[in-house]
Order: sequence, then structure tokens, then C-alpha cells
Amino acid sequence: MSEYISLNHGSGGSLAGKLIRNIFVKRFGMDEPLTDSAVLKENGLLLAFTTDSYVVDPIFFPGGDIGKLAVCGTVNDLSVSGAMPKYISASFIIEEGFSFHDLALIADSMSSEAKNAGVRIVTGDTKVVEKGKCDKLFINTSGIGMMKSGFETISSAMDVKPGDKLIINGPIGNHAIAVLGARKELTFSSPVTSDCASLNHLINNVLEECSEIHFMRDLTRGGLATVLNELADMIFSGIIINESSVPVEEPVKGLCEILGFDPLCLANEGKVLFVVGNEGHQKVLDVLRSHPLGKYSEVIGEIVDNGRNMVILNTAIGGRRIIDMPSGMQLPRIC
Amino acid sequence: MRHIDEYRDKDLIRKLSDLIKRVSNLDYTFMEVCGGHTAAIHRFGIPSLLPENIRLISGPGCPVCVTHNSFIDKAITYSKMDDIIVTTFGDLLRVPGTGSSLEKEKAMGADIRIVFSGPEALDIAKSNSDKKVIFLGIGFETTAPGIAVTIKEVEKAGTENFYLLSAHKVMPPAMEVIIKEGVKLNGFICPGHVAAITGSEYFNFISTKYNIGCVITGFEPVDILHSIYMLVNQVNSSSPKTEIQYSRAVSKGGNVIAQKNMNDIFIPCNEYWRGFGEIASSGLKLRREYERFDAGKMMPIKVNNQEDNELCICGDILRGLKTPHECSLFATACVPENPVGACMVSIEGACNTFYKYRVNE
Repeated sequence: MSEYISLNHGSGGSLAGKLIRNIFVKRFGMDEPLTDSAVLKENGLLLAFTTDSYVVDPIFFPGGDIGKLAVCGTVNDLSVSGAMPKYISASFIIEEGFSFHDLALIADSMSSEAKNAGVRIVTGDTKVVEKGKCDKLFINTSGIGMMKSGFETISSAMDVKPGDKLIINGPIGNHAIAVLGARKELTFSSPVTSDCASLNHLINNVLEECSEIHFMRDLTRGGLATVLNELADMIFSGIIINESSVPVEEPVKGLCEILGFDPLCLANEGKVLFVVGNEGHQKVLDVLRSHPLGKYSEVIGEIVDNGRNMVILNTAIGGRRIIDMPSGMQLPRIC
Repeated sequence: MRHIDEYRDKDLIRKLSDLIKRVSNLDYTFMEVCGGHTAAIHRFGIPSLLPENIRLISGPGCPVCVTHNSFIDKAITYSKMDDIIVTTFGDLLRVPGTGSSLEKEKAMGADIRIVFSGPEALDIAKSNSDKKVIFLGIGFETTAPGIAVTIKEVEKAGTENFYLLSAHKVMPPAMEVIIKEGVKLNGFICPGHVAAITGSEYFNFISTKYNIGCVITGFEPVDILHSIYMLVNQVNSSSPKTEIQYSRAVSKGGNVIAQKNMNDIFIPCNEYWRGFGEIASSGLKLRREYERFDAGKMMPIKVNNQEDNELCICGDILRGLKTPHECSLFATACVPENPVGACMVSIEGACNTFYKYRVNE
């Protein structure tokens, strides 16, 4: 049953990981660990390089559109690698019959987001395919950033140790619920807007003003649960999360109850997880909370030395359970 | 969130947990019949709040898990026909049939669409009048009334291309099979949503005929702990009876309108359950006057009634005889992304839940 690509392989969870390892990593000779950006050394210069494709359905949703998403996503992948995003490419695969008007709206939105993030869109490509051969519009963006010195290993989590605190910059799950709510086939309309945002200024503030930042990762497709499990595997230590500290907006909570989703597994486009040394965590929290994109930052848990690379949730009701890697498709084409 | 937070109150839960520990002086095995309960129990970490002498085992109430191979095989056969659109709840996609699954067929190009409700499938039928649209009807007494209303809507709208492939099931016959097989049980945590439709009296025969207590239970942590406390008290006082814990949703007589809708459209029939085989009067099929909406009647096809993978013990798990850890395939050959048995598929399946929350590790 596993010799074909299913939507689950695109979910960002364990199947996506297996696909990348089994098909691409060994053929391309890539180095593990696989992180959000490649860090490249050329003539003494340290560069971060990343790429991402966007296939979100629908292309306009509350809080953003596919263009804004394509800029933010690449900016964020560079930023969490400890780089200052500089240059971005933009490639478009467009379905025959797509409207000029919508394409212009999306280009405007990319331009304004790039300005906001302080990056330049410097190269690109356009392809048009026959009606029905792609769904409206797919975008690929790649980005180059300058590594900030001292943060070359931040993506590898080398410095993470027991006692470190985990911090996220606000409520989770909004992007997934906003996109889902915008899909015509669902019969609810929700007040939730996507958290889609470029996080480079927020992250820069933290890196400039705080010490002991041991790891960063943006919480995208597979949600917080995926990032926590990947982190636990990288550091061979346990992680304890306190459910009552994890911020989730009420409408998101409510829709998760109805639809049977776990907010921990839902996609975000403007959230980042920081792992910070115990001494430095209050300062990080203060810096984050003083920025509009970090106002609702919380310490959600800590790294523990329990001899197992397992993520444990202290449930809000006082019980305990494991947070596992989401294995299947929660929602296809969420980004 | 109102109607949720009060049932997840940490202090109340601690008190209930302490109370249960104080009164539990025997060994108890309770079965949560409904898959929704299995999922809630592990999602909230309820076992960590119970003393060791209370054992919870999972029952047959996950509709996906008990869906028989032959039903999936039929759906796959239909999905390969050019003029047919198969509509289904998402969970069913990954349930293994004989050698394939709906998910695999969908990836290969079959027109299979995920819907959240019967009316959504009806909309697909209305906007695809050149195709036949088959809705895969699974679920228990909770789901059947909604599908019954959809059939009435289909009739009213004069839609001629909507068909139901029914694997709808009713709960009591399977519970009776479990009792008769001699599973050692001290009580049932009974399905609150089923009882909201049927009423609690529906389950009375279990306590009167078999001396096993039943508590109709809600799905929040306070509900589940409260109901375990009620069951412990029943066992301690040797007075098995049918009680309602989920009183905010369940009455003795149930939802009469929903029952009427269900009875207007469906009649009981024998039905195949994965892991159980055929159970008499445990299914629901369309009444004769609605047979023109019955996919099986109007477009008859034959599939072999193949048995499941012989190493898979989903059947024993669904009957409460074994736990997922006793299966040689569990977490090795059978994992959520590549399930061998249906209990690994649904978020309400015991194997999926045990895997996801690494129960007993």
C-alpha cells in the first residue's frame, strides 16, 4: 500500500519525513540534520539558502493570500536559521484562464509583504499550464539570507540542554482554521484569521537583545506537535509541555472540538518556537511581548532529562499523555 | 469555552480521581463501548488519574473499525466505475480492504470525495447530474437519523442520482455478543451520543438480563471519571443497573423525532462486522419503499467475503479480549500511516489511540 504518493506524504508529518529521506536525501547526498535552510560557506561568507512551494487552497483567505504566504514562509525559514533574509525569488505556475486582476492582487500583496520584511524580490519565472493541470496558481519562492555570526548551529539544536524553556510567540492553529473556514465545501464561517506574518524583525529583536537562544523553528504544516517531536529526536532528550500554558484562541478551540482536530497538530504561518536557557527565558519573553507579533508569547514547557526522546503533555485536567508525531493528513493544501 | 471548561475543571477532576481511588477496593474491568470515549480517555490522560485496579478496555463502538472488508471492497469496485462519484467520511479512506483502500484508489484517479455530512453528498449529486453519487453510510444510531433525513431530502428534491451504500449498525447486538463470549466485564461505559438518540432504556436489558451495569456517559473528563465512580459503586454494592451520567443530553426515552426518522427509512438487517463476522439484526438497511436509493439494490455487484490478515487481532481487540500490545503487528507492520487492521485507522480506534499516545509504554 505504500508504493505511491498520497496526500499524506505532503502533510509535513512522519510520512513526509520518510519520503524526503528515502527518495531525496540519499540521491542528492544531503547532510543531516535537515533544517529549514541550508547554511553555506563561500569565501568566508556564511549564507543561508532555502526554498518552498505554496499550493494553498483557496488562494485568498482571511488574514492573507498565497502571495503573502509565499513571502512570509521563506522569510521565516531563513530567520529561524539565524539568518537575515535578503533576497527572494518568485516563480509562478499559473492555470490557463486565471484572472489578471487576481494575479495583480497577489503580486501587490507579495510586494507589500517583502517591503514589510525588508527583503527584495530579485528574480522569478512564469509558467502557464492548460486548464485543469494545476489549480489556479502555485508559487515557489527561494531565499538567501546572511547568517548572523554565532547562530550557525542554531537549527541543529546542539546547545539545547535539560532545564531549557520552550517559548512560543502566541496562539496556535489560526492559519489552518482560517484556511479551512475559507474553503467553500465547509458549511461554517469562522471569525478566525490566519497568523501569516514575516517573523524576521521579531526574531532579530530576540537574537540582538537576548542570550542563550539554543533553538528556533517556525511551526508550519505539521504544527507544534511535529516540531516538538523533531526536536526531541535531534536532542535525544524528553520534552514536557503544559497544555494549559499553550495559547489557543477560543474560536480555534471550539472548531477543533467540533471537527476533531488537535490544535497541537494544526498549521501556523506566523509562529516560532524558541528554546532558551533557563537564565535567559524571562528576557526573551519580555522582548517578544513588546513586539506586536509576540504580545501573547508564553513559556509552554521545558526540556527534561528523562532518558527518552519523548514529548509528554501535562494535560490541562491534570493527566499525562504523549504528544506523538502527527502521522496522517490533517488538512491537505494548507500552505 | 462554555459547556466544555466546566467539564475539564482541574480541581473537580482531582477530587473525582481521589474519590475513585478511595472507594475502589476490588478489581474492576470496564469497557468503553464508544470509540469517542477511547479517544477522549487517552487524549486527556484519564488512565494516569485512575488506580491500578481499574482497567479500561475498548469496545466495538468505532464505526470505522468495525467496517467489514467486503464493504470497503464494494466501495472500491464502485469507485472504479466511470459514471460514479463515491462520497465518504474522511476516516474511511485509509481502511484497508482486500489489497487496496479508497485512499489508494483516489490517488490512482478514482473520483472519491470526502464529505462531512449527508447533505454535502446530496449537493454533489445535484451539481453532477450526469453521474451517480454513492454515499458510504457508516455509523451507529447517532449517525443514522441524519442520513435518514438526507434520504427524505433526496426524495423531496426528486434527485435521481443519489444512492446510499449502507453499513449502518446498531450497538446492542454487538454488546450482547461480547457478553456471551465471556469477556470478564464489571460494567459498560455506554455511548452518550447513541443514547441521546435511543434513550437510556435501550440499554436496560444489559443490566436486567446479564447483571452488568451500564452508565450512559458524556465525553468530557469529568463525565468519564464521574461515570467510572458510578460504575465502581454499582459493583461495590452488587447492584448493576442502567444509569444516566450524561443527563444534560440523555433521557430515558431519547430523541423521539430522530428515532421516527430512522424508523421511517431503515429496517434492521443482519450485518457483517470486522472482527465479529455476521451479527443478526445488527445493521440498518433502507426500507423497501426507499430501495431505489439503495446502491447495492440498484447497482448490484459481487465481492468476495475475504477474511482479514490472519495475524491481525482487531477482532479480539474489538471484542475486548485482547489489547493492541498483544498483537504481533502492532507498531511494527501495522502503524497509522500503513494500517493493516481498521483499529489502527480511525482516531477512535483502540490501536491508533494506543499508538498515538504510546499507552502502557
